[in-house]
Amino acid sequence: MTHRRTVLGGILGLALAVSAGGAVLAQDAVKIGLILPMTGPFASTGRQIDAAVKLFLAKEGPVHGGRKLEVILKDDAGNADATRRFAQELVVNDKVAVLAGFGLTPLAMATAPIATQAKVPQVVMAAATATITEASPYIVRTSFTLPQASEPMADWAAGNSIKKVFTVVTDYGPGIDAETSFAAKFKGAGGTVESVRVPLRNPDFAPFLQRVSEAKPDALFVFVPSGIGAQFMKQFVERGLDKAGVKLIGPGDVVDDDILDGIGDVAIGAITTHHYSARHDSPANKAYVEAFQKANPGMRPNFMSVGGYDGMRLITEALKKTGGDTEGDKLIAAMKGAAWESPRGPISIDPDTRDIIQNVYVRKTEKVGSELYNVEFATIPNVKDPVKARK
Amino acid sequence: MLTILFDGIAYGMVLFVLGCGLSVTMGLMNFVNLAHGAFAMLGGYVAVAAMQRLGLPFLASLPLAFLVAALVGIVLERLIYRPMYAKSHLDQVMFSIGLVFMAVAGTDWLMGSGQQFIRLPAWLQGRFEIAGIGIGRYRLFVIAVCGLLAVSLQWGFTRTRFGSRLRASVDDARVARGLGIPVTRLFALTFALGSGLAGLGGALGIELMGLDPTFPLKFMIYFLIVVTVGGTSSITGPFFAAMLLGVADVVGKYLVPQVGAFIIYALMVVLLITRPHGLFARARA
Repeated sequence: MTHRRTVLGGILGLALAVSAGGAVLAQDAVKIGLILPMTGPFASTGRQIDAAVKLFLAKEGPVHGGRKLEVILKDDAGNADATRRFAQELVVNDKVAVLAGFGLTPLAMATAPIATQAKVPQVVMAAATATITEASPYIVRTSFTLPQASEPMADWAAGNSIKKVFTVVTDYGPGIDAETSFAAKFKGAGGTVESVRVPLRNPDFAPFLQRVSEAKPDALFVFVPSGIGAQFMKQFVERGLDKAGVKLIGPGDVVDDDILDGIGDVAIGAITTHHYSARHDSPANKAYVEAFQKANPGMRPNFMSVGGYDGMRLITEALKKTGGDTEGDKLIAAMKGAAWESPRGPISIDPDTRDIIQNVYVRKTEKVGSELYNVEFATIPNVKDPVKARK
Repeated sequence: MLTILFDGIAYGMVLFVLGCGLSVTMGLMNFVNLAHGAFAMLGGYVAVAAMQRLGLPFLASLPLAFLVAALVGIVLERLIYRPMYAKSHLDQVMFSIGLVFMAVAGTDWLMGSGQQFIRLPAWLQGRFEIAGIGIGRYRLFVIAVCGLLAVSLQWGFTRTRFGSRLRASVDDARVARGLGIPVTRLFALTFALGSGLAGLGGALGIELMGLDPTFPLKFMIYFLIVVTVGGTSSITGPFFAAMLLGVADVVGKYLVPQVGAFIIYALMVVLLITRPHGLFARARA
């Protein structure tokens, strides 16, 4: 009996050794776990980032810092439970060196404890609530934060004889971020602000826009997730607010490049502040947009896509610096302070907050040829996330 | 204030057209069809495809949305719904919710997951004012179309031969069959009508509620509220329920935006406590 057990034990040991050997071989490739909402209401974000990641690998090649990159894509459909589960599987089973993606704030937040425990860098390519990077010392962000995009709007409005603003934001993390940071800055500059928050699942904007129309503000500051932006713009015009002289302002999510043409002419004249427009005037961006559209016919890269593209660049830059070493702490150290020229302009990673520092542009939605674009007309250089900068 | 009332009525009208199809299938045929929203979504996508790909005008795409949804309704009724009639309500719920998920995934795959847009003709855009009430042209159009539908449906079910045969078949299918009423065909037609109405509602609602593959899940709760509050045995019930909910939802969000989204649910709870069988339910044995 004991004899048989030792034999069995031996076989088991051998099997373990073989599978461990297999794991060592597989580690030759650096695995990146990319978790994105590829289906569901936020699939536009997932599609854009996925396309950008593929484009990056096609343009820059798969080998960086002497290691071959391998991207494992998981679809969490915008559901935080799924994100967390996939992150766990990717870390434990696939032994990924980096977790990346994260379309929405709750998804990034749900994964933060896993990144901390496993000491795996978590590259946030989309989610934009300011506090995300504080959830784990292993989180680095290549997208933007809503205060970063909203506060410059307050400066612009105050400087352009806008006195009274009505804010309409979706009632969840990023919306509240946008509202509070804009309102604080704008009031500080002497303006007055009235606010309403709209539920996330809200079919009809009529009641909120009616309040706006009765308040007769100089401008309406709006943040809604980009898909719903179209609905909002149409009802804004339907209610005649544009004709009543109310300016539409806000961070660039409502005039997302991905849906801008679908929104139609009602978007013309909207003034927004954001970090990326497909119309950004630089050689790097021209090359980027051209390559993106060639690889994805009928699609236009939006601000989500550059978040993904720069996320990949950040990972590869870090790998180059560590010489292919994928140990989490070394990778994070290498990511801090990284700087390069992105399609959106010069960007860098703040070594203190691990958040992105980038230019924010003031843009106006205009018709260029037969298509609608956000045309940049002013630049606010090197904007840090103001929420963390104040701490 | 009257402007907001008007907006609420238009919104309620769309809810009515979306929901009354469900009360037709659920109330008259006693079948719990949670996949109703999928037919509404189908109608919406048909309208979008007709306008974007075939270049049809908006008005022509509306009957098309009705027809396609109704046709698909007939086919599905024959193929997969009919065996479910005799099953328990729980089976029907499981079955139809499964259909919803298939519809969501299928649409995502076929049409992409983004929001769909339509361009309204110029005469339906914008608004005008009468005595200080701002009236959106499209909302007025919606009220006219849906009001007309409500009247003709009520007339159809209470005053025509089709209506009385249908009610007889629902109350006792066996006796009705014995009297020579073609029950099976009647049910198929009714199901097609319900699905068609959903399709039309979906097409009309694009401009007010948006359209993406999660539509049937997102609005399922609204259809169900309309039907539960309105009761399932008449057309007037869901009509007034939809009006009430549409107006309460819009006015509530206008007056107290902090809790506005909750008002519709609070109202449902109150109504169901006071009138458990719906607003205009006939007494049940």
